Amino acid sequence: MKNSLRKLRPALLLLMALLLPVLHVAAQTAAANEPEMADSLRLNGKIYVVVAVITVVLAGLLFFLASLDRKLTRLEKEVRD
Amino acid sequence: MSKNWWKALCVVLLLYVAVAGLLMPVPRLAILNESIRNLYFHVPMWFGMTFILFASVYYSIRYLRTPTPELDILSHEAARTGILMGLVGLATGSIWARYTWGAWWTNDPKLNGAAIAMLIYGAYLVLRSSFTDEQQRARISAIYNIFAFATAMPLFYILPRLTDSLHPGAGGNPAFAKYDLDSNMRLVFYPAVIGWTLLAFWLAQVASRLSLLKLKVYEKQLA
Repeated sequence: MKNSLRKLRPALLLLMALLLPVLHVAAQTAAANEPEMADSLRLNGKIYVVVAVITVVLAGLLFFLASLDRKLTRLEKEVRD
Repeated sequence: MSKNWWKALCVVLLLYVAVAGLLMPVPRLAILNESIRNLYFHVPMWFGMTFILFASVYYSIRYLRTPTPELDILSHEAARTGILMGLVGLATGSIWARYTWGAWWTNDPKLNGAAIAMLIYGAYLVLRSSFTDEQQRARISAIYNIFAFATAMPLFYILPRLTDSLHPGAGGNPAFAKYDLDSNMRLVFYPAVIGWTLLAFWLAQVASRLSLLKLKVYEKQLA
């Protein structure tokens, strides 16, 4: 477990480095009198719900793919021996 | 470094794209509105498809030089993944068109070109399934795959630019450069292209390994 955490560290650092500027820019508000955008969705905070849902769906699917990958690796080893 | 580092990179980039793609500010344009964010999801499908189909042709050429069942499997699974990406690209483009151009499908050279190219690749799958002899199937579908790629790429990227088209990147329209000039969008768009392309390669790799394993198990049973 400790070993896998250490392996994940560069990935987590990369994710943080990518996300920090996003939060920074997203915090700035836009001027009025421009084409309609989903500003009210953001004011209500609801867009974050959508972001969370999409992230969970994507993470779930990617986790499934990664576990299929691991199972396949084990099976490949078994067939080779 | 483990040889699976690119899969971790794929996960990180796709999760980043899901969050940043929805939250990062985008240019405020009429008609497009928030749908401009589709750039991070619709366009990378075509990038990913192009790269994976190119990989498929690469394996096909290698198969013709040294015919092994492994190269045939790699080429076939890469082509199948590319076809899946293309179909998803057509479907997402159709939805986007409905809410910006007002129709699910328009007789636009870019759209029809992409549809014809997908039909050419559909014929690849039909052709493959029509052989019983494995070597014949592998050889003829490798040759067809090369021709399919050479025909499909002009249909996607060259012919639509020669006429008028609604679609960005066609009819003398300099791709998405108009929106892409926005440096905030670049911060998400380029990781999106890399992330979705890596996902295509990951899917093709898992599918190929499964087919290879099946082949090995059959060979063991016969021996």
